[in-house]
Amino acid sequence: MTADNRQAGQFTSLWAQLRATAGRGPAPYVLTLAYATIVSALLLLNPTTGLGTDMVVVLFLLLMFVIYRAPTMLAFKLTLGTILLGVIMPVFGVLNPFYIDVVTKAGMFASLALGLNVVVGFAGLLDLGYVAFFAVGAYLWGIFSTPQISNIVPGMVPLNGSWFWLFLAIGLAVGALFGVLLGLPVLRLRGDYLAIVTLGLGEVIRVLATNLDRPVNITNGAQGIKDVGRPPLFVEPLFKALGLNISVIQEYQLYFYFLVLLILALTVLVVYRLNNSRIGRAWTAIREDETAAIAMGVPLVRMKLLAFAVGASFAGTMGVIFSALQTFINPPTFDLLRSIGILSMVILGGMGSIPGTMLGAVIVTLLDLQLLPRIASELSILQRRGVPIPSWFDPAQYQRLLFGLLLVIMMIFRPEGLLPEDRRRQELHQDDLPAPAAEQEQPAPAAEAKPEPGS
Amino acid sequence: MTLLHAHHITKQFGGLTAVNDVSLTIDAGSIVSVIGPNGAGKTTFFNVLTGIYKPTKGTITFDGKEIAGLRPDQITTLGICRTFQNIRLFGTMTVLENVLVGMHARLRASLWPTIFNTPVVRAEERAARDRARELLTFVHLDDKRSQLARNLPYGDQRRLEIARALATSPRLILLDEPTAGMNPQETAEATRLISRLRDDLGLTVVLIEHDMRVVMTISERITVLDYGTKIAEGLPDEIRANPRVIEAYLGKGAAAHGGEQVEG
Repeated sequence: MTADNRQAGQFTSLWAQLRATAGRGPAPYVLTLAYATIVSALLLLNPTTGLGTDMVVVLFLLLMFVIYRAPTMLAFKLTLGTILLGVIMPVFGVLNPFYIDVVTKAGMFASLALGLNVVVGFAGLLDLGYVAFFAVGAYLWGIFSTPQISNIVPGMVPLNGSWFWLFLAIGLAVGALFGVLLGLPVLRLRGDYLAIVTLGLGEVIRVLATNLDRPVNITNGAQGIKDVGRPPLFVEPLFKALGLNISVIQEYQLYFYFLVLLILALTVLVVYRLNNSRIGRAWTAIREDETAAIAMGVPLVRMKLLAFAVGASFAGTMGVIFSALQTFINPPTFDLLRSIGILSMVILGGMGSIPGTMLGAVIVTLLDLQLLPRIASELSILQRRGVPIPSWFDPAQYQRLLFGLLLVIMMIFRPEGLLPEDRRRQELHQDDLPAPAAEQEQPAPAAEAKPEPGS
Repeated sequence: MTLLHAHHITKQFGGLTAVNDVSLTIDAGSIVSVIGPNGAGKTTFFNVLTGIYKPTKGTITFDGKEIAGLRPDQITTLGICRTFQNIRLFGTMTVLENVLVGMHARLRASLWPTIFNTPVVRAEERAARDRARELLTFVHLDDKRSQLARNLPYGDQRRLEIARALATSPRLILLDEPTAGMNPQETAEATRLISRLRDDLGLTVVLIEHDMRVVMTISERITVLDYGTKIAEGLPDEIRANPRVIEAYLGKGAAAHGGEQVEG
């Protein structure tokens, strides 16, 4: 054993001891409460926009996963989680409108990533065109709530905002339908081939969105659709009753925050139940061994289409919400990079794992929208103040490089993701396990050898 | 009573004829072996019976129904199930989950009831778990039910494959080399288990097997394939003495010395 190894061993045992102490008796309750109080206080007392607050917001969202993992009672977890997400975050959002927007986006992408996780993580079908379903949902509401609809159905006026609720359900159904339609041609394909075909189909949807402004102007082409309808603010009296005097923009921010939170919670529930059911088992079986699965009576086609439909339906609904939140959609929003972004959330967090996928979505969204731009702007400020950073180095141009490096490092050191599903961890770390007897070389059956004639 | 009747089955892959005009009749409640040298087409024949391959020619009747051309999952649902020559468990699922997958076709829970977790779904799931544990007890694996299948010792994996196949509630079970790679003691255990499938569960068993001791001990009838063609069929003693079988296994020269060497 080398000195390095010994040191690592000591460090691990120290870490294990710490974990054991923190996990015993009332310690986890005290620690999570302390963590929650400190982070909440920091957020509420200093709601300025800056790198410091960025970090605190990250810590706040990580707190959710700490609560999830902490060995405490379920009621405690739920109460604390509800207070933090239902009270602290919205209050902070009122004090500083910038961050709640980012958190809403994180929730939205978490839901999208969970949908993709059904297809990629559960059923093992690599889908590189997932954003197509998101686009379908977004354009659905975008077209029906704006004058675009009059181009398609002459005389029809744009639907008003209260239709939004119905369109959440329609988005779900249309998403599922497109999931099945895009799933049908790829059913016979596996692995790399499947990935390439879904990539192509995803591009088809984007190109259609770009070009369907002629002969009939359906999508308004590259200019996109603006002034997408928003649902009526039925919660306004409630805000007033709470003594909140905030602008309509802020009211909508809170409104969409809670809506996304609700949909996300429903998504988690649905995905969790499916995964622990006959259907989820069939998906895992297909991922593990298609031939064995079908020989055990799993109808391959139906189960694969179901995975595509379920995954796509979440994206359809989120697309409807996205278009109402942004009030503007255009084709570049739904490009290949977005699909890959969502896939990287799933992989970074831990394929097949529900909390992992959500953690991945939160981290990637925060890095994307907040941390990397912030780091870049801080570096530019330093550069201007005369810190020796060469002038050819434009931090804003290099911020994606950091993201790329992060992905590379992750995949080298923790390929199973941040919060992996247990099975996946076993799969990727089989060397660490005590050598399973199953791996032993099986002797060739004696009778199998056919002796040469005359021997 | 005839349970399965394969009628003049031929399977070609391009120019290669893997199974050539093979007919086989299996009586309900019997144990039948299919033997033959490597590459004789035994596994291909199994794959045709279970729907993984469609026969190029020929018909298969199971329990009075024509099954050639059905999908594997449909055939499984009708009551034919199998194990694989190279164990094909769902490695990263637990032992219990593997058996539960086998029950897929027998469970009803569909999308919406599952999402709403209705009492019917919950009751069905509980019953399925109980049944799975019964099957695991039958193959002596119940105490290992929460281990991952990949971590089981070799012999346990073989038994788990049988439990998983039983979970589909078959009437006919096809075992592809169930004792391959086992030591003599494991082989003896496996042989007892195969007998119990018929004696305790009332199943009809067809096995592909290379271990002649196993074949001769438990088979009631034996079919011999060589180069895709059926060269012999009959009782174990008849097969043991059949010159064409000895020739196929040991070569022309050995055939003259009589049949005893087949057993070695």
